Amino acid sequence: MSWNRRHLLTLEELSLDELNQIHSTATAFKKILTRSVKKVPALRGKTIVNLFLEPSTRTRMAFDMAAKRLSADVISLDAKTSSTTKGESLRDTAQNIEALQADMIVVRHSAPGSPLYLSKILGIPVINAGDGAHEHPTQGLLDTFTMRERIGDLKGRRVVILGDILYSRVARSNIQALIKFGADVTLCGPSTLVPHRFESFGVKVSHNLREALHDAEVVMLLRIQHERQNAGMFPSIGEYTSMFGLNQERAAWLHPDAIIMHPGPINRGVEIDSELADGPRSVILDQVTNGIAVRMAVLYLCSGGQPEYVTSSAA
Amino acid sequence: MPSLWIKNARVIDPANKRDAVGELFVKNGLIVDSLSAAEKKKAKVIDADGLVACPGLVDIHVHFREPGQTHKENIATGSHCAAAGGFTTVVCMPNTSPPASNTGTIQFIKDAIKRDAVVKVLPTGCITVDMKGEKLASIGSLAKAGVVAITDDGDCVQSNELMRRACEYAKMFDLPLMDHCQDHSMTVGAVMNEGEVSARLGLRGWPNAAEDLIVARNIILATYTGAHIHLQHISSANSVELIRRAKSRGVSISAEATPHHIALTDDCIETYDPKFKMNPPLRTAADRDAIIEGLRDGSIDIVATDHAPHTDYEKDQEFDYAPNGILGLETSLAVTLDVLVRKHRFRLPKVIDLMTRKPAELMKLPAGTLSVGAAADICLFDPKEEWTYDAKAGFSKSSNSPWHGETLRGRVKTTIVDGKVIYDGKTVKKRG
Repeated sequence: MSWNRRHLLTLEELSLDELNQIHSTATAFKKILTRSVKKVPALRGKTIVNLFLEPSTRTRMAFDMAAKRLSADVISLDAKTSSTTKGESLRDTAQNIEALQADMIVVRHSAPGSPLYLSKILGIPVINAGDGAHEHPTQGLLDTFTMRERIGDLKGRRVVILGDILYSRVARSNIQALIKFGADVTLCGPSTLVPHRFESFGVKVSHNLREALHDAEVVMLLRIQHERQNAGMFPSIGEYTSMFGLNQERAAWLHPDAIIMHPGPINRGVEIDSELADGPRSVILDQVTNGIAVRMAVLYLCSGGQPEYVTSSAA
Repeated sequence: MPSLWIKNARVIDPANKRDAVGELFVKNGLIVDSLSAAEKKKAKVIDADGLVACPGLVDIHVHFREPGQTHKENIATGSHCAAAGGFTTVVCMPNTSPPASNTGTIQFIKDAIKRDAVVKVLPTGCITVDMKGEKLASIGSLAKAGVVAITDDGDCVQSNELMRRACEYAKMFDLPLMDHCQDHSMTVGAVMNEGEVSARLGLRGWPNAAEDLIVARNIILATYTGAHIHLQHISSANSVELIRRAKSRGVSISAEATPHHIALTDDCIETYDPKFKMNPPLRTAADRDAIIEGLRDGSIDIVATDHAPHTDYEKDQEFDYAPNGILGLETSLAVTLDVLVRKHRFRLPKVIDLMTRKPAELMKLPAGTLSVGAAADICLFDPKEEWTYDAKAGFSKSSNSPWHGETLRGRVKTTIVDGKVIYDGKTVKKRG
């Protein structure tokens, strides 16, 4: 088992073997998080730059924390503090970061494909922390990691992704990973946000919540943004909640052991009732914790580390 | 100016239904029947063995960026591209900076054409003031100033009422309207075709319905007002069908297809390369095939390039932010021959017709023919020669072409304007 990629740009490009390598590495790193000294020297002397040109709280903090747990030095830039506000191009900003001798760049950007673009320009590894509506590979990795941790092998398991699929990078990355793990994926939500063309990914599309949730073992909710309502994607938040919001009554349609997931931030009372978000079936906070372990694995592997080393010794 | 004696060419002149190996004679800048023995002795002889001689190509849709964006192109360099592509007459769009919506700007453009152009460049004017879609431009004055059509190309007049009035008003001056068919309300933030590829790439989609709606609107307005509306760069299969049906009823509309829409599909965008970003966007294989069938049966009248230069640094950025458009003039003939003749078995004279007589006829231009007495605007090309297109070594100020580095077949060898060789296969010479 060896890791040969320098960048992590999409889950679409990863093989099942590579997904497994990241997960097994993350499993080893997760153990570190429970120690009193939550740190290993794997990336000591390396500098990682988090270039977040779009707002983010948990992803940025998780990358920050993951890098520090690996003993890397971290510099974070956002849209306000980078020269992009002065009109500097992404190319120039990124090339300056490289010239400052950064060893790796983690990029969050509203433009799909921008991490791929940077990977062609830069000589250092590029990690995609979310590119527009395209992919959010580490989120897909931590979500599937959490699912496997909770329900085991995903082959043939019924997973529902519910909500704004059209604009969701989380959905796209999860779909790519889940398909490779052999899960039976159904996308559900209003037809404006879940168009049938998504069937080309190899998933089912349903606009009937009851049918979709029936006996599902995982339901992953996606955040509904008010701006979609203003864009005419659905009549009102109230109507969305009445048609597709997850409440206790609807959660009863799920498999008895089903888990409830959400990448955050949550709109309580919109896509999910508070009592479900905080209830025993919710793994939302597990996702956050796992986000550190998975990102440690990604930073470690893409900086040249090998899975064998960490699974046998680092943990 | 010496007379020209072009020998051994396969002369294709659709306007005169000519397709045979033979000779062409040019005297005093005009096509003539023959030269006297004495004139032949003095004439410049061009042995065109293995070459096709056709009327100089005509492109009714180019962007030469002057005034205002001459870092991308100007009338001099744009006309050089045209010459290198075999074009002798081109119609430039008015979305300059400022837009060509008044006679002052048209005069500026005409002065630049007179001073710098090596081929015949004809201006268009805007339909609305500054292309804002709010108020009719001074269409009568623009007509008087010499525009050959009016268009808000790059934008589309969204108000049906304003477009209706533009049709009625322009008809007074016998001016055709050209329209870029795009319902803006359906394409906010859109950067590529809406479909399976955009769903996977997470890029905002431009549904073909947004084109179809305006095509249908324009068909209705052309029917209602009797004005002629030319539908620019059609990209959707449904639009082709709408046009086909309208033409069968005799509606006064025409339509164009670009080389890129008949050669490429939205699959090209897999790597987010902005050199494939254009408006309207590249669509599906089904759309592409429908456009080709439209060209075959006459639903689509002509090929036009939509030559749209942008500098490297403008194109070299995130796909979302890169400007729309690609170069077209230097590769148009080769790409069109490849798609239509080699892949889809069109007859060569039919393709020449799509690029010469028909576009000239649509805009009522004195071009696109080798008739005796016509201006000697001639293109000589080798339909078989393979060559590698180097956009950076081309004649444009820009190099934004999806065909950069590609091997193409069919190469322009000589371009003649008013009897003077202005392109010899390597260099462009000034008209004098």
